[in-house]
Amino acid sequence: MAAGAKRVEQLDRVVIRFAGDSGDGMQLTGDRFTSETAQLGNDISTLPNFPAEIRAPAGTLPGVSSFQVHFADYDILTPGDAPNVLVAMNPAALKANLSDLPPGADLIVNTDEFTKRNLAKVGYATSPLEDGSLDGYAVHPVALTSMTVGALSDHGVSKKDAERAKNMFALGLVCWMYSRPYESTLRFLERKFAKRPDLVAANKAAFQAGWNFGETTEDFAVRYEIKPAKMHPGTYRNITGNQALALGLVAAGVRSKLPVFLGAYPITPASDILHELSKHKRFGITTMQAEDEIAAIGAALGAAYGGALGVTTTSGPGVALKGETISLAIALELPLVIVDVQRAGPSTGMPTKTEQADLNMALYGRHGEAPLAVIAPKSPSDCFHAAIEAARIALTYRTPVILLSDNYVANGSEPWLLPSPSELPDLTVPFTTAPNSEDGRFLPYLRDPETMARPWAIPGTPGLEHRIGGLEKADKTGDISYDPANHEFMVRTRAARIEAIEVPDIDVEDADENARVLVLGWGSTYGPIGAACRALRQRGLPIAQAHLRHLAPLPANLGEVLKAYEKVIIPEMNLGQLAHVIRAKYLVDAVPFNQISGLPFTAATLESMLEDVVKNG
Amino acid sequence: MASPTVELKLTAKDFKSDQEVRWCPGCGDYSILAAMQRFMPELGIPREKTVFISGIGCSSRFPYYMNTYGMHSIHGRAPAIATGLSASRPDLSVWVVTGDGDALSIGGNHLIHALRRNVNLKILLFNNRIYGLTKGQYSPTSELGKITKSTPAGSADSPFNPLSLALGAEATFVARTIDSDAKHLQSVLRAAAQHEGSAFVEIYQNCNIFNDGAFELIKDPSTRDDHLIRLEQGKPITFGSEQQFSVVHPAGGFGLSVRDSAALDGEFPVVHDATVDDPAYAFALSRLSGSDLATTPIGVFRDVKRPTYDQILQKQLADAKAEAAGTPEEMLDALLNAADTWTIM
Repeated sequence: MAAGAKRVEQLDRVVIRFAGDSGDGMQLTGDRFTSETAQLGNDISTLPNFPAEIRAPAGTLPGVSSFQVHFADYDILTPGDAPNVLVAMNPAALKANLSDLPPGADLIVNTDEFTKRNLAKVGYATSPLEDGSLDGYAVHPVALTSMTVGALSDHGVSKKDAERAKNMFALGLVCWMYSRPYESTLRFLERKFAKRPDLVAANKAAFQAGWNFGETTEDFAVRYEIKPAKMHPGTYRNITGNQALALGLVAAGVRSKLPVFLGAYPITPASDILHELSKHKRFGITTMQAEDEIAAIGAALGAAYGGALGVTTTSGPGVALKGETISLAIALELPLVIVDVQRAGPSTGMPTKTEQADLNMALYGRHGEAPLAVIAPKSPSDCFHAAIEAARIALTYRTPVILLSDNYVANGSEPWLLPSPSELPDLTVPFTTAPNSEDGRFLPYLRDPETMARPWAIPGTPGLEHRIGGLEKADKTGDISYDPANHEFMVRTRAARIEAIEVPDIDVEDADENARVLVLGWGSTYGPIGAACRALRQRGLPIAQAHLRHLAPLPANLGEVLKAYEKVIIPEMNLGQLAHVIRAKYLVDAVPFNQISGLPFTAATLESMLEDVVKNG
Repeated sequence: MASPTVELKLTAKDFKSDQEVRWCPGCGDYSILAAMQRFMPELGIPREKTVFISGIGCSSRFPYYMNTYGMHSIHGRAPAIATGLSASRPDLSVWVVTGDGDALSIGGNHLIHALRRNVNLKILLFNNRIYGLTKGQYSPTSELGKITKSTPAGSADSPFNPLSLALGAEATFVARTIDSDAKHLQSVLRAAAQHEGSAFVEIYQNCNIFNDGAFELIKDPSTRDDHLIRLEQGKPITFGSEQQFSVVHPAGGFGLSVRDSAALDGEFPVVHDATVDDPAYAFALSRLSGSDLATTPIGVFRDVKRPTYDQILQKQLADAKAEAAGTPEEMLDALLNAADTWTIM
């Protein structure tokens, strides 16, 4: 596949969206393109978007699945607002995505699917390929399906298998357009279809046919190149948030020298963490698919009681069910990591769409005064470090920690500079093995003066036999107590010990140091907020950005930071949950900016909102 | 169970905690606690290797009174919590203490799943057929039409037969005993302790405050012999003050029936065998007793071998670890790099 003689143009960034039917393999196509692009050294950010239905009726709008990839020769923060290129595998994919396409964008359309019947399914009275409605775009009509079938006529595969390879034809074509390397995709096909050599050959041939089509057809006059981005030296891989989170839990097990026990019940979009961890038993990781969400956390808590790093992974509805057990963990003061990969609610809501609306539940959603630590990752690769940080807090301070990921970071991907395992934080904590009081008794609620953590004396330790439970405990002895003064003391102590958890100060990005406006975010909004701030600064508009990883306890310097700015804006994918916390705690007139559409903010949305604030106050 | 047995000289006193026992005077729980404390030393398991986990309810205060490790958890969830502990710590002897409301109402799901998984837990269900701690509402084992504070016109829901439920989940060990019969109680606990896998023991327990005399028919010396069927391995199942009743398997029928021993007419008393693999036999035994207790078997209904959940998980871990090479940090480094990677100089 030598490079053709066509004109080559340099670009600094491109956003491509692959869109098709749920069964068209768009996620896989996007994944492969991403992997090739990553290896070329471009910075990348991706956003999959798919329906909750596994296979909605073919060719309908609810069945459209898409994958967007943004790549550039500089560091980027988001998967891009609007695609420069849309690959539409059928009329439904065109209709569902066209409104996101700016005029002049490239549009590659699989003409084979633009039949009367398919057009009617999505309400097109006439074919948009013929009625002039696409005149503002650079339309490339390609008979993807029939050309794929034609290319595979000698391969001895069924017509159905040949048609299914059309995503590889599309991938080959787009890889040619953007001068992507393809060796890893060929290797991938060999692995994927290891048991079907005929399909390996067919898919490779489809890919090649797509590539060759780009090279030979008059329709594609230009090839593009995007130079590698300047990134920190080191070894990288592309990673999604869920993968990174799972690997972070593996790392936490390694660095704490504890067996990891994951109790989980399948739920979108968290199940991938269970899938990933179940593959790593050699690290001493046990995964249990429990009978329900409550059993999942119960088993994790039981394992933590026995000296494991107990973890449960779920999404919002699951956290609701786990609430009572989280309260028990708070009373027992045992380490536990609860991962909530947030999705749009309430109730079943939109399981494959993103939202940040579980913050209130994480902070307050339990009976009684039941404080715990809450942290949130800001990007896909940050999920790795956030998982380690959650484990650090849980183990050091003997408390449940809620890790608030969301669907956007969980399924999005970006390049990740691989850390060196030995440089990761040391998470070892000692079990208590001897009586801790002067009179030789063991007091299960006698606290470490520094961390306020109670001893972790696990079953099997001779001489430290003791009973714990959900009933209020007397200070130090842990005996059942209904004493009013003791209860008040214990409630205040449980609150104080969470407040006393050491968390790093919050950093402020204020390049010009003259900004009047501070944007405060948390979790997955880091990318779009950062991109918007960068764009404003490039236009000479000063703006400061600060991003919270620790939501409970909040960084000690946060109040000071907030008061240093005339105006504080808090964009969130909810109705202002962090804004409420900030206003109540710091008496700062923070202004919420909210979007609850199930989609992440675009940088453009935030840029125009912030521009207005910076200019007009 | 990876048996933590060692030579120990423990006595009942060693298993008494320093906590004041706070059940109502006369509660059947006292005798179960005493039997347990007397019985524990003979297991030869060090106190620190023994864990009692309970849910919520009167029975669930049990762990506080045992000088072992223990957790008084939340309503219905003890089997789930104990599963996590047992699966990750096969060196421990883990006991679950629960009641009819805790195990069969709010925690029904966890109970059946622990049993189907065959987790290495000893589950003791104190069945008093009433809610005691919440002061006298009917429970899922209360007889149909039970008049209580919450059912002044009589309960409208039929009770569970706990043993039938456990057998439906294919529990590998299922037994029933009575709080007031210390000897029988201890013999059943002994068999449960020796069983590898889930052992489910229903203990009829008198709540003298809210449901006094619930099991009087099978406790009162003047009536019990004609209603209580003592199951003994390898022995024909007969009962009655003069062994005048026999349990038979009628030709053409699915279950078991009680017959007058004097008029068997070609039928024979069933010889009890708890090791029959098909749970249908033990299930048929469990159906002999209803709410009226007229013919109530006690003893070990079923005791069969099946790999435990704990063993299977531990084997998977051991197999995976046997194939692993390098230090954990090296393995982690390899895992992080196990993808398409690229290097920037």
